[in-house]
Amino acid sequence: MAKEPSLRIERGVRGQPVARVSGDWILARLAPCLAELTPTLDNCRARRDLDWDLSGLGALDTVGGLLLWQGWEERFPPELVVSPRQRAVLERVAASHAAGRAQAVPPPPRPDWIASAGGFGLEVWAHLTNLVVLLGQLVLDAGHCLRHPGEIPLREISANVYKAGVRAMPVTALVGFLIGIVLSYLSALQLRNVGADIYIVNILGYGIVRELGPVLVAVLVAGRSGSAMTAQLGVMRVTEEIDALATFGVSRTLRLVLPKVVALSLAMPLLVLWTTAMALWGGMVAAQVQLDIGYEFFIATLPRAVPVANLWIGLAKGVVFGFLIALIASHFGLHVRPNTESLSANTTRSVVISITSVLLVDAVFAVATRGIGVPV
Amino acid sequence: MTMPVIEVRKLSTRFGHTWVLHDLDLVVGRGEVVALVGGSGSGKTTLLRQINGLIKPTEGSVRLFGEPLYSRDVHRDRALRRRFGMLFQHGALFSAFDVFDNVAFPMRELRLLPAELIRDLVMIKLAQVELKPEHARRMPAELSGGMVKRVALARALALEPELLLLDEPTAGLDPDRSAAFVRLILALREQLGLTVLLVTHDVDTLVALATRVAVLADQRILAFGTLDEVIQVDHPFFRNFFCGEAMQRALAGSRALR
Repeated sequence: MAKEPSLRIERGVRGQPVARVSGDWILARLAPCLAELTPTLDNCRARRDLDWDLSGLGALDTVGGLLLWQGWEERFPPELVVSPRQRAVLERVAASHAAGRAQAVPPPPRPDWIASAGGFGLEVWAHLTNLVVLLGQLVLDAGHCLRHPGEIPLREISANVYKAGVRAMPVTALVGFLIGIVLSYLSALQLRNVGADIYIVNILGYGIVRELGPVLVAVLVAGRSGSAMTAQLGVMRVTEEIDALATFGVSRTLRLVLPKVVALSLAMPLLVLWTTAMALWGGMVAAQVQLDIGYEFFIATLPRAVPVANLWIGLAKGVVFGFLIALIASHFGLHVRPNTESLSANTTRSVVISITSVLLVDAVFAVATRGIGVPV
Repeated sequence: MTMPVIEVRKLSTRFGHTWVLHDLDLVVGRGEVVALVGGSGSGKTTLLRQINGLIKPTEGSVRLFGEPLYSRDVHRDRALRRRFGMLFQHGALFSAFDVFDNVAFPMRELRLLPAELIRDLVMIKLAQVELKPEHARRMPAELSGGMVKRVALARALALEPELLLLDEPTAGLDPDRSAAFVRLILALREQLGLTVLLVTHDVDTLVALATRVAVLADQRILAFGTLDEVIQVDHPFFRNFFCGEAMQRALAGSRALR
């Protein structure tokens, strides 16, 4: 049966030192006792006068062969007792080791921070230009669809509205309702102190309808549908499905990107409306419990306190955010390279960048609409 | 040492309500190259995946090197799985690692080998499968189909296995590449004394590699023997598979060589 590998230096018949190798020099046996063997092997390396006796050697594989070969400083010792079969193993190791040594492995490239900063800048620039190219292609596709209404990808659009809109309704409702309760509860605590209970309607109305509703939905949809779109397109890239589409003369932007962008631009304002309603309901519940403001009063006061322009602003934000999220998600999905690392990196980027740009655009909206729908 | 390397006893597999394999026995001795052939959907890959432990059989047992595949001891199971190498049909290289790291991965997983030794071993493995050192830093996506197979083979050989399982080793390679890959496997088998079990559709591979052929049909091994013996069996599958034009040509070629 298999034996522990061992290496001992003994006195031979003529009194000369002999290194005796015995046991099975195979990976499974060697790995556990490598720490004990290495010092002896290193010790042998320094000595040229050793005879080597491999007659006690059981099995020998590449690992064992390599260890011995390195112990011999990559040349056969002058006095060597070894079976022809094992000599063949050693010669094979020697040959492939020499071949590998002749052209050493290039080390993995070292990160150089100037180069990586430059690379990062170029990458950002490439992403920006590609995003513009994608946008331009979408405009061309939209024009094409207007001229050939038969080619409008209606089924894809409806499927995307269902996936990104209808299926998102439960989660957005739950989150909206809870946020409404929390916001209303915290505001009520403050308002009661100054006796301005009635202003709960204004605070909730402005906060939720104009700001929180659209942003909340955008964050949820970016995490939920944006990542799904990126991953879907990315896997289609990896499996060459997108190339297959192209060979049928089907435009990838027309069939894959346009439906997503159109569907999310349609579904987002509806989701914003739905979530806003849920958040206001949550706020109403908390206001009733905390401040004893009835539902009828709340509903009757709301249109007077918050001009309807705010709702249009909120819905417009929904359209723009939906468009942005779908565009960014599709862009990163189309730039997945065929490996798992790239897929995960692009999905992450897609979510992070769409949320960031949603918040940036929201700030632009705040500035651009500062005179609309607010008491001056 | 006449212990069979693979011993499958009374193995049955059921997916849902259909029996894919029923009461199947297969014994492969040391040093043999057994080709598993059968029509599409006959359960070849299922059988292979049960031998390498990816699917647990519904009934029956699989023993490798005389030890059961499932021993309820994590360390024994792991040690047993390190004694065979598996070559997947599409290579299954880790796409986030380059060639070097793919081959080094199983060695690093042992957590016992120093980095320099791993480096030298990987270079030897790459040389064994006739890849050049400059390929070591390529990513799997940058490799041709034949190179992917070679790297996958180097990775399968990383832990010095005694048994090699090959799933369609030459599928997707052109005849020239495929013949070269077969020669490579033969040479490695000669050098390393490997036992090989392969699933194949390709008659040239079959004729060139297999010492014995196991034919899988009707949920069991219908015939198991040398190619000449297997051809004699009368069954619809054999008439289609072995008496086809390509098979006749390949056989004639191999007879001429002998």
